[in-house]
Amino acid sequence: MAETIWVYAEIGDGKITTTSLEMLAKASEAGKAEVVLLGPGPDDAVQTLANHGASRIYHCADAVYQDYLTLPAAETVAGLIEKHNPAVMLFASSYAGRDLVANLSARLDCGAITDVGDFELKDGSVVATIPALGASYENTSTLLNQGTKLLIVRPKSFEPKENPQALAVEEVPAAADDSLRKVHMKERVVVKREGPSLEGAKIVVSGGRGLKGEEQFSLLKDLADVLGAAVGASRAAVDAGWVPYAMQIGQTGKTVKPDIYFAVGISGAVQHLSGMKTSKYIITINKDPDAPIFQYSDFGVVGDLFKIVPQLIEELKKRKGA
Amino acid sequence: MNVVVCGKVIPASTVTIELDASNKRMVRKGVPHELDPAAASAVEEGLRLIEKHGGQVVLVTMGASDVTIGIRNALAMGVASAVHILDDAVAGSDTLATAKLLAAAVKKQEFDIVLCATESSDSYSGIVHGQIAQLLGIPPLSFAKEITVDGGNVTIKRQSESGYDIVESALPALVACSSGINEPRYPQLKGIMAAKKKEIKVYSAADLGLAPDQVGEKGAREKVLTIGRPPKRQAGKAVTDEGEGGKQIADFLAEIKVI
Repeated sequence: MAETIWVYAEIGDGKITTTSLEMLAKASEAGKAEVVLLGPGPDDAVQTLANHGASRIYHCADAVYQDYLTLPAAETVAGLIEKHNPAVMLFASSYAGRDLVANLSARLDCGAITDVGDFELKDGSVVATIPALGASYENTSTLLNQGTKLLIVRPKSFEPKENPQALAVEEVPAAADDSLRKVHMKERVVVKREGPSLEGAKIVVSGGRGLKGEEQFSLLKDLADVLGAAVGASRAAVDAGWVPYAMQIGQTGKTVKPDIYFAVGISGAVQHLSGMKTSKYIITINKDPDAPIFQYSDFGVVGDLFKIVPQLIEELKKRKGA
Repeated sequence: MNVVVCGKVIPASTVTIELDASNKRMVRKGVPHELDPAAASAVEEGLRLIEKHGGQVVLVTMGASDVTIGIRNALAMGVASAVHILDDAVAGSDTLATAKLLAAAVKKQEFDIVLCATESSDSYSGIVHGQIAQLLGIPPLSFAKEITVDGGNVTIKRQSESGYDIVESALPALVACSSGINEPRYPQLKGIMAAKKKEIKVYSAADLGLAPDQVGEKGAREKVLTIGRPPKRQAGKAVTDEGEGGKQIADFLAEIKVI
């Protein structure tokens, strides 16, 4: 009999997140896929999950999961795990996913594997593939604990797939204990961003330490505008305070998989590589010919980005006009 | 207020981290170490809190004797004293075993708030802080890009996919700081001199009440099976800019039919 694999589904921008559907595709391929969905969501949320392979959905739409972070969801999921004992439970490498797994692993004393790129079930255990230290190495890991194995899966590891199942929803009671209402979500502030979003962009132009300052990022913005691209950044640029964290690409930022990725003044630290190395084409501009990023690039130019990028912008405008 | 910072001392950023094929761990011996920049930001945040509200900051860390240099750096920044979990038996600990050790060491301190980095800059698991919070039984707040303490409450701006959330909890609580929350101060000469006299308490796993089979490789739930290098992408063409670099990129874009 196929092993049961659970997916913790998340809702973002009013719909089931793409990463949830990606994990669901893998879960239904590797075993019997079931989903836990907590918190208010759109009316068609459970149907969407069933359409993508969920053979059962444990569901509770109570607002407690939205208004109080981590603890209510951990309580409910821990209870469900203890009751049903799935072989594996998958969580997205998202803000909520990571916090939830951290809590659950301590609560259930069961460890967890983070940053999983793929996995398989073998003899009742799980073997997970982890691109370790960014992209320098690829490791495989297993979990030795009895019971459910918790995996945090990086976005874009799998392709979402339509795989319609009969709708089977089991409503579960909301976590009601007052002691779980401790981390209060008071307000969600949406910060408007300009241009296309990083996640969906066909072309991404990213800058790193080599940009040398906040103002110089406008140069990348100009390049992005000509190409209809989104602007991203390495952790070095974010840490320096030049651009907001929302633009960070890498293991602890966003994972992107555009057709074309421009790495401008980015050395290619392992942290960064893991967020963009699956891009179709990588174009690199860096003054250091030994920068690791050149190992991954399809076309690289060694030189001064402040000369090369303006020339590229001018050239693109010229050719567009022609 | 009393602040405990759990932070890591890691191989310096100038070091290319290698994995040891024999024990499947990072090679940490014999390479220069530094206070993880992410931990330095948590220390900085702690120092700013006590500058405003009074009290002191204690650093809790774990590692071989190589990490002392990073502890001294934190002490020189203004941390009052440090706790160093130093024990051969803890080598090979997974995230949960690490969290158990750190939580046990934190329990020995007085604290109103525990600060961590969201993730270390060498292994990036990003779950140890949440495990520590649960083991301590205090509320977990994470991805903080701003922290405000007011009376018995802490309010953070928490990064989100679309901006940030305002999240509040009663103290004591654990707050994980995101990278870039602040610019950590550089230790001044006075601080460096003072640091030499500050106490570094050393604990073994046994001192923290943890049995040998709960920590290190024996206590690890996660077992690394294989390590290896993934197939490298075929590195493409690289040219040196001789005044035509921008045009050459445009040519490449034309070649792959983007323009």
